[in-house]
Amino acid sequence: MSMDAKMAWRNVWRNPRRTSLTIAAITFATGLLIFSFSFQFGSYDAMINAAIQVHTGHLQIQAKGYLEDKDMRQVVEHPEAVARILKNTSDVKDYACRANAFSLIASEDRTYGGLVIGIDPIREPRVSRIKTLIRKGAYLDKAHGAQAVVGQLLARNLKVGLGDELTLLGQGRDGSIAATVVTVKGLYATGQDEFDRSTIQIPLSFFQDTYAMRGAVHEVVILGRHLDQVNQIRHRLTPKLAQIENPKPLVALTWSEIMPGLIQAIKLDLTSGFIMYSLLVIVVAFSILNTFLMAVLERTREFGVMMAIGIRPNRLTKLLLYESTVLTLMGLGVGWILGVGVTYFFQQHGIDLAGSSEILAQYGISGRLYPRLSWASMTVGPALVLIITILAALYPALRVRRLSIVDSLAYA
Amino acid sequence: MAIVELTGVTKTYQQGKVSVQALRGVDLRVEKGSFLALAGPSGSGKTTLLNLIGGLDRPSQGDIRVDEHDFARMNQSELAELRLFKIGFVFQSYNLIPVLSALENVEFVMLLQRIGAAERRQRAEAVLAEVGLSGLLERRPLELSGGQQQRVAVARAIVSGPAIVLADEPTANLDSKTGQGLLEMMKTLNAQKGVTFIFSTHDNMVMDYARRLVLIRDGRVAEDQVKGS
Repeated sequence: MSMDAKMAWRNVWRNPRRTSLTIAAITFATGLLIFSFSFQFGSYDAMINAAIQVHTGHLQIQAKGYLEDKDMRQVVEHPEAVARILKNTSDVKDYACRANAFSLIASEDRTYGGLVIGIDPIREPRVSRIKTLIRKGAYLDKAHGAQAVVGQLLARNLKVGLGDELTLLGQGRDGSIAATVVTVKGLYATGQDEFDRSTIQIPLSFFQDTYAMRGAVHEVVILGRHLDQVNQIRHRLTPKLAQIENPKPLVALTWSEIMPGLIQAIKLDLTSGFIMYSLLVIVVAFSILNTFLMAVLERTREFGVMMAIGIRPNRLTKLLLYESTVLTLMGLGVGWILGVGVTYFFQQHGIDLAGSSEILAQYGISGRLYPRLSWASMTVGPALVLIITILAALYPALRVRRLSIVDSLAYA
Repeated sequence: MAIVELTGVTKTYQQGKVSVQALRGVDLRVEKGSFLALAGPSGSGKTTLLNLIGGLDRPSQGDIRVDEHDFARMNQSELAELRLFKIGFVFQSYNLIPVLSALENVEFVMLLQRIGAAERRQRAEAVLAEVGLSGLLERRPLELSGGQQQRVAVARAIVSGPAIVLADEPTANLDSKTGQGLLEMMKTLNAQKGVTFIFSTHDNMVMDYARRLVLIRDGRVAEDQVKGS
């Protein structure tokens, strides 16, 4: 061990209580940041996956402009041509076609406006979890046309149950009135209240007949193998889609484009989290600053002696920075191990958030959340602590350069 | 040959709105190999004079030359270099680095001089043996008596073969027997190695040991007495 390193190590432990407290502060901040970032990323994953698995998929192919206008006439005219492309595109795990129509949904007692979604009962379960979220009754099957699965909250509002009839009244693709009666076959609860309050699903072929779709659909929902591959899939699909004839060009939209609100909510949460974490790190920085200012003050005479015997100010600054680095690395090391260990435990077992279940339900998350360790969550917090503590230690390390030798030697 | 030359040196301190004139025009010439004591009452200016000779402070007026280096022409960095290689310091309260052992304290100066580890250790051990601390190399300052600490301080001051050693009240915190032993040791080093010693003191024993006694009073040289002449 070099003499500088030896001095740094011994100086750090000159005041064990103060050093231990400072290390504890760094440890706490580092561990907390790793856990908090992992918790946040975990909850974002849960929110995104819930949204993806219930209605958006990873990507959707739509006619250009449909996302903004939701116009019945902006269709994917030849879904079979799109299907051929998707079958030959790597990383596309599965796909399903959907058609949507805003309609009046009436029961015997009540009428509500809502979204009628035509789905393929065979393919839909491959891209959506709704089949598994049926709370009462059964999912749709292809054999029967005039049937529907209904969001549980909408069913409650309409005061309907299994076997009751609903009248759907909307506008067909050709501008005609679309009207039909369906029987409630099942009720689903996705946990996303807005979705459960405003949607019903009917078989796609029945939808196409009712709404005069002439075989067209509005969306081809795609599920990739992994969330990270979304942009690659889009990149592969875009030139192929350009070759399909359609009244309006076909575009591949990612889940984040389909749900900009979710991304904004995540960004807002991340920003507020960052402000809170910054405050925490600043408190730790003041602790470090205090430790080193005190150390410099207590050792003023010692620095005077060292300067008298010929040490250069640069070397003195280096020695002090060594000390702060030793202190910081000890805190960071212990904090990292604790933070990763605790987070890993909860990543395996989850955290029960029953008290916040209503808020979480808005994002389709169940009452248990699983933090997710990632390179970002394991490095961003510690890096933030490292930078701030080094900056905090820099001030006293530079301040020592301004000491007068004579005054320092006379310092009592 | 003069190792230290001071010409018309004054030093004025500003204490708030009050100017305190610590030195009022000092002329002093110290020959190589001297064993000189700057004596005088408290506040007479002897420590200020020692600080100026050591390049720890700058004079308000006048010229200082040490080993033919003109301080007026040197910046802080050059002065630090000069102190490192040419001047050794012994302080009243020892001022060893508390986290280093006796051996490491002595080695530290040579480390700053970029001397290799093996040579550092060999020279430090040799000089600590010279001051009678062979068996206490690994002790930290707090594990040594006052006299032993001051011996380590002397070893640190002389290890790199400086042109002069400046000692500010070196016996002030020692009992008379320990102080006498220290002075004997320094006198031997002076005699055997030709190291120039300049003390500031109001200890009569130090004055007795000194071969030249310069009395400072009210910031001026009041008396300059070479013993035996």
